[in-house]
Amino acid sequence: MAMSILRREGRRLLRPIAAIRSPLASSDQEEGLLGVRSISTQVVRNRMKSVKNIQKITKAMKMVAASKLRAVQGRAENSRGLWQPFTALLGDNPSIDVKKSVVVTLSSDKGLCGGINSTVVKVSRALYKLNAGPEKEVKFVIVGEKAKAIMFRDSKNDISLTVTELNKNPLNYAQVSVLADDILKNVEFDALRIVYNKFHSVVAFLPTVATVLSPEIIEKESEVGGKLGELDSYEIEGGETKGEILQNLAEFQFSCVMFNAVLENACSEMGARMSAMDSSSRNAGEMLDRLTLTYNRTRQASITTELIEIISGASALEAAK
Amino acid sequence: MFRQASRLVSRSITAKSTTNRAFSTEVPSTIDSSFVEAWKKVAPNMDPPQTPSSFMKPRPSTASSIPTKLTVNFVLPYASELSGKEVDMVIIPATTGQMGVLPGHVPTIAELKPGIMSVHEGTDIKKYFVSSGFAFLHANSVADIIAVEAVPLENIDASQVQKGLAEFTQKLASATTDLEKAEAQIGVEVHSAMNAALSG
Repeated sequence: MAMSILRREGRRLLRPIAAIRSPLASSDQEEGLLGVRSISTQVVRNRMKSVKNIQKITKAMKMVAASKLRAVQGRAENSRGLWQPFTALLGDNPSIDVKKSVVVTLSSDKGLCGGINSTVVKVSRALYKLNAGPEKEVKFVIVGEKAKAIMFRDSKNDISLTVTELNKNPLNYAQVSVLADDILKNVEFDALRIVYNKFHSVVAFLPTVATVLSPEIIEKESEVGGKLGELDSYEIEGGETKGEILQNLAEFQFSCVMFNAVLENACSEMGARMSAMDSSSRNAGEMLDRLTLTYNRTRQASITTELIEIISGASALEAAK
Repeated sequence: MFRQASRLVSRSITAKSTTNRAFSTEVPSTIDSSFVEAWKKVAPNMDPPQTPSSFMKPRPSTASSIPTKLTVNFVLPYASELSGKEVDMVIIPATTGQMGVLPGHVPTIAELKPGIMSVHEGTDIKKYFVSSGFAFLHANSVADIIAVEAVPLENIDASQVQKGLAEFTQKLASATTDLEKAEAQIGVEVHSAMNAALSG
């Protein structure tokens, strides 16, 4: 009777931990054949082994993400000077009112990188609401598998182009300018809004939206005045017309801003993955500690049970003598 | 959580943090107020995203008299070659020919063709071969030169240039489609410009 109570005790201690009961319950029943010693320590031991493996894997993923981050971070910081001359010349107009906006959403292909992809998608959806109206339309261009998966569910009709596997080969300017060329050729736009995660530090990623205007809108705004009003005072060197130069300028600006955005997003992805994997391995470590305690407790309980059996058997024999 | 706290702190202090010393963990805020307001109407629970202007250092304003030095920012996709360097003159290869830029130059937007760009600082002259790009000359004597590819002239190998020129001339002669012709034409232009740069 005492043995069955202790057996129930051991099982009660394990109940909060064991999530999957059905395959493990069969090993519980085997304990009758193997002897009381193996009372569910097998279960706990299996669980400990799997948690330890998970911890090793997440630690390795963190190391890999850290090394990749080191490689990309230098290039991203060097490319930060690239878009600044354009913003100094043309200004930054995120609140500009145009008929056709295209939102370019940058995200990662692989998962396990924290919340960066969902923040980018949330910002894109909010931009859609901001810019959609009676005569205005908003289209999406999606770069990366993760955003594609999320946006496909509700905004399928508004997606005009998707690009995946951008990060398979190391990023360089030629590849990004080909991508920019594709987007410019296939999508009509008055303003392009590129949404990405800017790499502020290893633990901080800021969702950012960079606006690139089409040459027609630039001309219109410069005539109207306001932020781009000073553009008229600039003389144009080379090329026949101002329109031609502005066209080249807008295309060049788009490819430069895209290049910086793609690099920053890649850095943010690596940084987010590092912190996600780090917290994951820390959680696994804590879980392992708790499981070890439980394991020791059940082991000691079974040893105590056996001792009681032996001693009570011995005392029964003595009493009989 | 700590990012929110620092943002609240910065918001409560002032909008412009130029007089306060910013923490290294402090996050810049979006400067365009109409965007922030429109955003709050659509998505009141979400912080508005940043915009590039909040990450840029402010540019100097136009001085009343012509400054003595020209400030040059020369950027490439993979590096900022010169940033904020004060020089006497730069000569850039615009599509209309070599253009000299002195402090106080008229504001200009110039498209660049493959050629030599030289930076003059006192008696120092540094020459780069630039593939193409744009140059913005602002009224405040700041020159922004953005090039797709640029190498210092010392690093160009003359024999490779000759080989490349011969190869592309031959490709141009044997090109069939418009695309191939255009590509070969570009190759010939760049290589002959490099040749001229090395000899001249």
